[in-house]
Amino acid sequence: MAATLTSPAPPALAVEDGPDRAVARFGGRLVVAGLVALEAAAADLRPPAGKPITLDLSEVEALDTAGAWLVLQLKARLEASGASVEIAPGDPARAALIETVARALPDAEEDAGGRRGFVAWLEGVGAGVVGVKDTAVSLLGFLGLTLARLTAGILRPWTLRKAALFHHMQEAGFNAFPIVALMSFLIGIVLGFQGASQLQQFGAEVFVVNLIAISLLRELGILLTSIIVAGRSGSAFAASIGSMKIREEIDAMRTLGLDPIDVLVVPRTLALLIMLPVLGFISNMAGLIGGGLMAWVDLGVSPGMFVTRLYETTGVWHLIVGMVKAPFFAVVIAVVGCWQGMLVGGSAESVGQRTTQAVVMAIFLVIVIDAVFSIFFSEMGV
Amino acid sequence: MDGSPDALHAAPAAEREAVIKVRGLVNQFGPQVVHENLDLDVYRGEVLGIVGGSGTGKSVLLRTIVGLNRPRAGKIEVFGQDVLSISDKERREVEKRWGVLFQDGALFSSLTVLENIEAPMREHLKLSPALMRALGNLKVRLVGLPGFAGSKYPSELSGGMRKRAGLARALALEPEIVFLDEPTAGLDPIGAAAFDDLIKQLQESLGLTVFMVTHDLDSLHAICDRIAVLAEKKVLVTGSMKDMLSVDHPWVHEYFHGPRARAAQGQD
Repeated sequence: MAATLTSPAPPALAVEDGPDRAVARFGGRLVVAGLVALEAAAADLRPPAGKPITLDLSEVEALDTAGAWLVLQLKARLEASGASVEIAPGDPARAALIETVARALPDAEEDAGGRRGFVAWLEGVGAGVVGVKDTAVSLLGFLGLTLARLTAGILRPWTLRKAALFHHMQEAGFNAFPIVALMSFLIGIVLGFQGASQLQQFGAEVFVVNLIAISLLRELGILLTSIIVAGRSGSAFAASIGSMKIREEIDAMRTLGLDPIDVLVVPRTLALLIMLPVLGFISNMAGLIGGGLMAWVDLGVSPGMFVTRLYETTGVWHLIVGMVKAPFFAVVIAVVGCWQGMLVGGSAESVGQRTTQAVVMAIFLVIVIDAVFSIFFSEMGV
Repeated sequence: MDGSPDALHAAPAAEREAVIKVRGLVNQFGPQVVHENLDLDVYRGEVLGIVGGSGTGKSVLLRTIVGLNRPRAGKIEVFGQDVLSISDKERREVEKRWGVLFQDGALFSSLTVLENIEAPMREHLKLSPALMRALGNLKVRLVGLPGFAGSKYPSELSGGMRKRAGLARALALEPEIVFLDEPTAGLDPIGAAAFDDLIKQLQESLGLTVFMVTHDLDSLHAICDRIAVLAEKKVLVTGSMKDMLSVDHPWVHEYFHGPRARAAQGQD
């Protein structure tokens, strides 16, 4: 009965045609390892028609559930073609095994399989469309809830959780200073270098200051900062809240009368709301320094001259237009991160998927909002 | 739910084939010695229950036998092969002949139940996808799950269903030995009794050898042929439930004569 996978005696099947009944004799080890060969033999089995058939297992050395399944499959196929079939198991233990397997035989329609082909594809498309709508509704709902709680918290600041707020300001804001500054510094250098090589061609080197200042202050500074923060903090929010969700910590909070939105989402959102403009400003400054350095080294525009040109040609409006976008980006990054974290369910893999989703979606929405602002400001003539 | 069959105990231990033989096992984590000169035999076709207080290394013993934990010293023979010194290839052959059910099923969360059951088949057997699917569905039903459970992900199942699905995966390669780590922990009494019945029934019809770590006195009563008590860093005693009742070691006495034990015996 013991099933060995490295089977020394291959399973065998032979048919004897007797005078009043046919006997299909199984031999060898009727186990899962030899099943493929035996299945082919069983499929080819063409017993003489019109006689009752006995499936004889008395010479079988070993039988496992897979072997019993095969015998029962054969019996069902022969019975479907009109023959009367009986199984001679050989000993009571095998009879019990065949009995157990027969009881467990799946009904065809109940099996897990799933549809295939065009219908499945159509079903997938439909589910996808409904999914997008559900996602949008869910995100808007979460955004509204967060904003309502955030406003309530700001109106009554003593209800805010200060320890959590400062912790996240440090994690998401202060600790991101070096990377944001370095990135913007390098972007400033790249802008200065690329701009200079183009402007040099018609002797307009000095306009490199306008190029660097306007592109950085209006767009690039805050946009790139937001992308870095989405990657750093949006993912961290989703992963930490998602892990808490899996370990039922969120449920525990609810039963203790703590609201997860107040405890987890509001401090994170407020922390980004405060820190993203600061990070954006640092990014602007670092970018200008990088650009100025490049202009000095490459074009001989001295720092003094750079600052003078900056004063003369670049209005403070450019800075304001850039900074105005920061709070919107901050809310989007924090809300999408926390929302995806809350959507984590069940498995460890879900945490990974939701974290990826949080970053991709936050960056995408930041860019969409940035485009909307660009159109708005240019229509307004700012 | 009758008691353990007497026929097995009537045969002298020496005449039965020991499929697992542990000799002089030493397990140590840092300064803490878990097992010291532990000896244990598991015979073919029996249900062996391992009991012991918390921290006596029941799960460590199971993990050591199946090779998840390398012991400091000692010898472990499974099917007559020294599993600590054989080559990786031989080891894989031995591993195909046992199945393990972890405490919470340990199903792969990114795969459906059916894919979980097919995973070991895909790795070790050359079967057609249709055949694997058919055998997978058979295993799903064999452990008493409804057919539709095969297409569910582990996170969509209850704890009891996850255990059954874990058992189905453990049975995927038609093993000769199954290791069960607290199979009934976390189940309600009805679910636990049903799981006991399932294990006993499968054990009898498939001729399995069952190595079961458990705290469940009802399980010990209902399905274990033999019980091994882990205490004082070794296997203190082995024997049937009746033998356990006459042991006068204080922990063993407390365990098998406590109020819960009396309640479990009352069922017989």
